[in-house]
Amino acid sequence: MATRLQFENNCEVGVFSKLTNAYCLVAIGGSESFYSIFETELADVIPVVKTSIGGTRIIGRLCAGNKNGLLVPHTTTDQELQHLRNSLPDSVVVQRIEERLSALGNCIACNDHVALAHTDLDRETEELIADVLGVEVFRQTIAGNILVGSYCALTNRGGLVHPHTSIEDLDELSTLLQVPLVAGTVNRGSEVIAAGMTVNDWTAFCGSDTTATELSVIESVFKLREAQPSAIVDKMRKSLIDSYV
Amino acid sequence: LTFKPDHDHDQLPGSSISRRPRHRHHYGGTTSSVSSYPALFAYRLLPVADTSLKVELSTMVEDQDAGMFNVKQTIGTVLCCRCGIKMHPNAANMCVSCLRSEVDITEGLQKHVVISHCPNCDRYLQPPKNWLKAQWESKELLTFCVKRLKNLNKVTLINAAFVWTEPHSKRIKVRLTIQKEGLEKAYVVEYVQQDHLCESCSRVAANPDQWVASVQLRQHVSHRRTFFYLEQLILKHDAASKAIKIKQMHQGIDFFFGNRSHAVKFMEFLRSVVPTKSRDDKQLVSHDVKSSNYNYKYTFSVQISPVCREDLICLPRRLSSSLGNIGPLVVCTKVTNSIALLDPFTLRHCHLDSDQYWRHGFKSLMTSRQLVEYIVLNIEITSPPMEAKIGGARYLLADAEVARLSDFGLNDNIFWVRTHLGHLLNTGDHALGYDLCAANSNDSELEKYKSSLEVPEVVLIKKSYEEAWQRKRGKPRKYKLKHLEMEVEDRARVDEEKERSDYEQFQRDIEDEENPELRFNLSLYRKEYQEESEAGSMADDAAAAPLEELLADLVLLDER
Repeated sequence: MATRLQFENNCEVGVFSKLTNAYCLVAIGGSESFYSIFETELADVIPVVKTSIGGTRIIGRLCAGNKNGLLVPHTTTDQELQHLRNSLPDSVVVQRIEERLSALGNCIACNDHVALAHTDLDRETEELIADVLGVEVFRQTIAGNILVGSYCALTNRGGLVHPHTSIEDLDELSTLLQVPLVAGTVNRGSEVIAAGMTVNDWTAFCGSDTTATELSVIESVFKLREAQPSAIVDKMRKSLIDSYV
Repeated sequence: LTFKPDHDHDQLPGSSISRRPRHRHHYGGTTSSVSSYPALFAYRLLPVADTSLKVELSTMVEDQDAGMFNVKQTIGTVLCCRCGIKMHPNAANMCVSCLRSEVDITEGLQKHVVISHCPNCDRYLQPPKNWLKAQWESKELLTFCVKRLKNLNKVTLINAAFVWTEPHSKRIKVRLTIQKEGLEKAYVVEYVQQDHLCESCSRVAANPDQWVASVQLRQHVSHRRTFFYLEQLILKHDAASKAIKIKQMHQGIDFFFGNRSHAVKFMEFLRSVVPTKSRDDKQLVSHDVKSSNYNYKYTFSVQISPVCREDLICLPRRLSSSLGNIGPLVVCTKVTNSIALLDPFTLRHCHLDSDQYWRHGFKSLMTSRQLVEYIVLNIEITSPPMEAKIGGARYLLADAEVARLSDFGLNDNIFWVRTHLGHLLNTGDHALGYDLCAANSNDSELEKYKSSLEVPEVVLIKKSYEEAWQRKRGKPRKYKLKHLEMEVEDRARVDEEKERSDYEQFQRDIEDEENPELRFNLSLYRKEYQEESEAGSMADDAAAAPLEELLADLVLLDER
């Protein structure tokens, strides 16, 4: 189910939170309401951890992770790293990496099997990603933008990309990622998908500006509804591959 | 770990396909069993039934040697974030109708403007000081209305048109179509028309007699023929169009103007048509201490030379000798901005400039009021014949035997005279001339010549058409003349009878066939309701103005 919320009157919830299938990271906000909404949805299932990275609150854009691991930039302090290691389950490997491009959330878009990476990422970083997260890494661009982590929101069941992505690109990406992809918007026409929302296999959190149309698109592509209407899915292009290897 | 740039990248711009060989990571988890793949192609072989992959392969296999490898990009469709209809993505990712309803491009533009309008002169105020004349719902008014809108340069104006409003509602409505960021919108701007007298109208309304400059035109002669002629000239050249008021005074006319430059322009016009002497003065009306502005009333005093056409003049000795000893008795033939003088006995002529005349300032010996009618008894061209062509007119010297018409038949007073009208006169003709033997002239110049000059008894000036005019007396003239609107002050001093006879004389002058140049500068208008029967009888009348010279009077309905 998709939920609409705001972080301190700002609709870009993907900036201040990171949601995966195994855990959820939340920024330290002025009011507790942001944290409490996540709590309400997820407390029984996965741990919700309040943290900061490098003293900042934009944790969603600085770190990248899935159920296997979490990668944090070199700006993370030791205390924060320790706090994360303590709070997260043992199966999750927390690794701090030395990378020139430190906003890992903007550079890496990943689910539990496959990841898209910024084209200028170091080779060591790419190896680390494959190691820690247990994914296959593809260097790609989305609609001509190299910040793949910002313009794409990805789960094991589907993905939402920048609205200006051409059909050929969509076909190629979905072939690589092996999930159905849709080009769409979030937060009333905003193109920066991953900053406006955060999603995992069964739930999604979007900014409060998200219109009903966008919400229905999100719910259908990520398969968040139990009984999904096939209407929107059928309108997608024929080259979507529905079956996994 | 060091940050080394990876040199294996040969990413071509614009291409979304990565060309470098993919690293195969075997840590944890199985991978598909693909042994090898060509290093140049970035595709992934999958054992799937989908044939689209093969299609992809074929499109991607391009000849690398042909240069840039570009994949055809088709723009996909997204759903409008508000209404959910399919559309091509744009900057706002909303369909056009949602955009139009949400984004108001007319925001921040004026919808209600107040403009000032002067009801007197129908002009609109363009601040700070300019008053623009424009008709109701005209192109100028539309331009003015659009110009009064602020902030219109931020959007592109496509169309502007008037919406009909009641003429007395004091509201002007303009429908504007503007374009901004690809969206078009039409909206209506309402202008409220406030009545506000413009400066000049308020000044006129406050004090209608207010003038800034005046030209006082005077000619110290006893008749007004010059002024009748000048009046026609002014009308033809429209020289007094800027005059606020025209007043008829004794021996002259006063013109009042709102602007000093108008008065100066009028004076220049006068200087070009009559010989004048002028002098200007100014009087302080008000003085603004702070801005050091002085308001004056300017007065130009213009004096026309008293010498008129057909006058007999006795030139002062000095002037006569400087002009080549032209006989001291001369006849003035033409007055424009210079005076043309003709010696009737030697047919010598000369011109006197305005400056030259005023340097000497002589007066006429005898004026046309003193013309006496003579009858020509005999005329003989001199031998050898002396002819002169002066200014388009032919003169022939002749000896004539004349007698006063009043003496004719009564006594035998006959004069032998030399005259310059040999080309005109025949035996039995009537002529007008000056009777010098019976005259009692008080001229100082003539006194100086007393001894050396032989004063002739008669000087003939022109042929008389008195008989013809007698015949025409009752019949109205075929043409009419326009008049300047003049205020006549002090009616008591004006001699109506004299003025009427002057005017009659003036009209006869301009009808004179022998002097077409006099009509040259005038506009004669055809009188309506002409009787055809008269036209035939007029044909042989030598003293009628030819019909061709008459102008059809143009009647302008909207004359202000």
